[in-house]
Amino acid sequence: MKRSAIAMAVLAAATLPAGAAEISDGKVKIGILNDQSGVYADFGGKWSVEAAKMAAEDFGGKVLGAPIEIIDADHQNKPDIASNIARKWYDTEQVDSIMELTTSSVALAVRNISEQKEKIDLVTGAATTELTGEQCSPYGFHWAYDTHALAVGTGGALVSQGGDTWYFLTADYAFGYSLEDQTSDFVKQKGGEVLGSVRHPLGTNDFSSFLLQAQASGAEVVGLANAGLDTANAIKQAAEFGIVASGQRLAALLFTLSEVHGLGLEAAQGLTLTESFYWNRDEASREFGKRFYERTGRMPNMVHAGTYSGVLQYLKAIEKAGTDATKPVAQVMHEMPVDDFFARGAKVGANGRLISDVYLMEVKTPEESKEPWDYYKVLATVPGAEAYIDPAQSGCDLAKP
Amino acid sequence: MIFDIPIQAFLGQLLIGLINGSFYAMLSLGLAIIFGLLNVINFAHGAQYMVGAFVGYLLLTWFGIGYWPALLLAPLVVGLAGMLVERLALSRLYDLDHLYGLLFTFGLALVLEGAFRYWFGASGKPYATPEALSGGYNLGFMFLPKYRGWVVVASLIVCIGTWLLIEKTRLGAYLRAAKENPTLVRAFGINVPLLLTLTYGLGAGLAGFAGILAAPIYQVSPLMGTNLIIVVFAVVVVGGMGSILGAIITGYMLGILEGLTKVFYPEASNIVIFVIMAIILLVRPAGLMGREA
Repeated sequence: MKRSAIAMAVLAAATLPAGAAEISDGKVKIGILNDQSGVYADFGGKWSVEAAKMAAEDFGGKVLGAPIEIIDADHQNKPDIASNIARKWYDTEQVDSIMELTTSSVALAVRNISEQKEKIDLVTGAATTELTGEQCSPYGFHWAYDTHALAVGTGGALVSQGGDTWYFLTADYAFGYSLEDQTSDFVKQKGGEVLGSVRHPLGTNDFSSFLLQAQASGAEVVGLANAGLDTANAIKQAAEFGIVASGQRLAALLFTLSEVHGLGLEAAQGLTLTESFYWNRDEASREFGKRFYERTGRMPNMVHAGTYSGVLQYLKAIEKAGTDATKPVAQVMHEMPVDDFFARGAKVGANGRLISDVYLMEVKTPEESKEPWDYYKVLATVPGAEAYIDPAQSGCDLAKP
Repeated sequence: MIFDIPIQAFLGQLLIGLINGSFYAMLSLGLAIIFGLLNVINFAHGAQYMVGAFVGYLLLTWFGIGYWPALLLAPLVVGLAGMLVERLALSRLYDLDHLYGLLFTFGLALVLEGAFRYWFGASGKPYATPEALSGGYNLGFMFLPKYRGWVVVASLIVCIGTWLLIEKTRLGAYLRAAKENPTLVRAFGINVPLLLTLTYGLGAGLAGFAGILAAPIYQVSPLMGTNLIIVVFAVVVVGGMGSILGAIITGYMLGILEGLTKVFYPEASNIVIFVIMAIILLVRPAGLMGREA
């Protein structure tokens, strides 16, 4: 018996991949933690998990000879549930990094834990600039977008396109205020004017009262500083009340391809929004979009594409560092440029912010749309350096000059 | 100008309040019927409303059946499904405490919402306004979409029709009698369990009707009922649990009140109904039109 046990051990050691010595626990495990059943289930959800799996497969399924494993969980938009899962993953399930993290409150909670445990977290689904500001971590990264980029894109760029008087419909909580404030700043910076705003409770079904007020204001742009179903309902009812048809512009501050699809072009046409990715942008994005579509039956938005890019970059960094230990990998991720279909020649700031271009889009009319998911016209490209806060000004201690 | 609010805005909000009140009235009517006649607190009402909207959506996308037939079919489907649920499950709970009915319907609502979210995703599905009702009228003080006007008309017809059915017809008389004394009514050879099943079907069908009516206005989403059901319960409580006329009148009234709050102090617009409810519970616990138990 004893001899066979030794033989087994020798055999196991002999079959272990050569490079795996540098990989802890013999594999690289990435946890995708996001909302899979609530209001953001289409915004990120299981589609982000699929995008992460695609990145792992495209990388070859192995890094430094060790297998890559993607696991996922639903945090139900509750920071306490997310924290428990994150602790369990790090402590007992050998997860090396946690990604996606839709919803700012969740992302900030997991950021804390990751920093304490010296693990890498890469956020693609949450919006708050805190993640690369005061709450930044040497092992924390923020991909895809943030409230600042959305405000610059929609607020700033739209003024340049002639929309210089604004009226806001704002969700009555912290996220709504910060979107409205940041956007107002850029509107004013570009010489625009904010005529007023109305605050509606979170989870409002009927926007007609607020839309009437926006209509009465005579503003050229009605800005929707809210998210999810609130935005969808506001847009649908704005179409009903003839807001866009009567010449006002509707700008959604946080809205992606997934939500446009849910709403349909009939209601969403003419809407302006900002995203950091559009599948129909160039050859490489179309190629990814098609492959993603074959697996999921839908086209990716910036969160899905961003998650792919984040996972891929993490794997590249492990390969370059020659280990999956947190500190060397994080260092490589800060230094190595990001170059894939999502972000071309982009850099990561000292605060962990991926600085890549964002696009101001207009939703096409049903007549303009040539094929399924052909939804956007690109109105303007905002260079990354303009879209994101300069790392040195971000309030992040790591980036202080 | 009234309190610094232009008269146009005031009239506009009054009209909008009436439109929202139409939904409250239709939904609370169904709840009141089910509670009044079955003594069941139907927490699945919001989910049935959501299913009504989805039935409309599915009829259109799977079978190409448009809005007008769906207006009839959706309540029918939801009503029949409701009857099935009543027959198989709810009817077994009548002898137990109210709480069992409440818990069962609450669970049913969660299951329905979960299932629809699984099948159709969280961001919902679009449903276009029917051709004949798109566009609108410029009333001078506001732009009234034709469809919204239709909602008020349809809901008034349904509310009055249902009230007449229960208060003025023979069937309604049986129903009310079955509530007062089921044993005696049964002794007259009337099939009381069947009456109860029909009643639940009627209540659920009303929710389904409100659902298909709402589909062109709101995004058809699995969560559309959750947002509404609590408000509708408050309406029923204010009107008086089980009072049908109370539910209808309170529905319109609170809709208008909510509309006005949106002009004067928008942040409070989703709690004003509950403030009224609290006051009513303190002053008149049986509700505006309810009888003291």
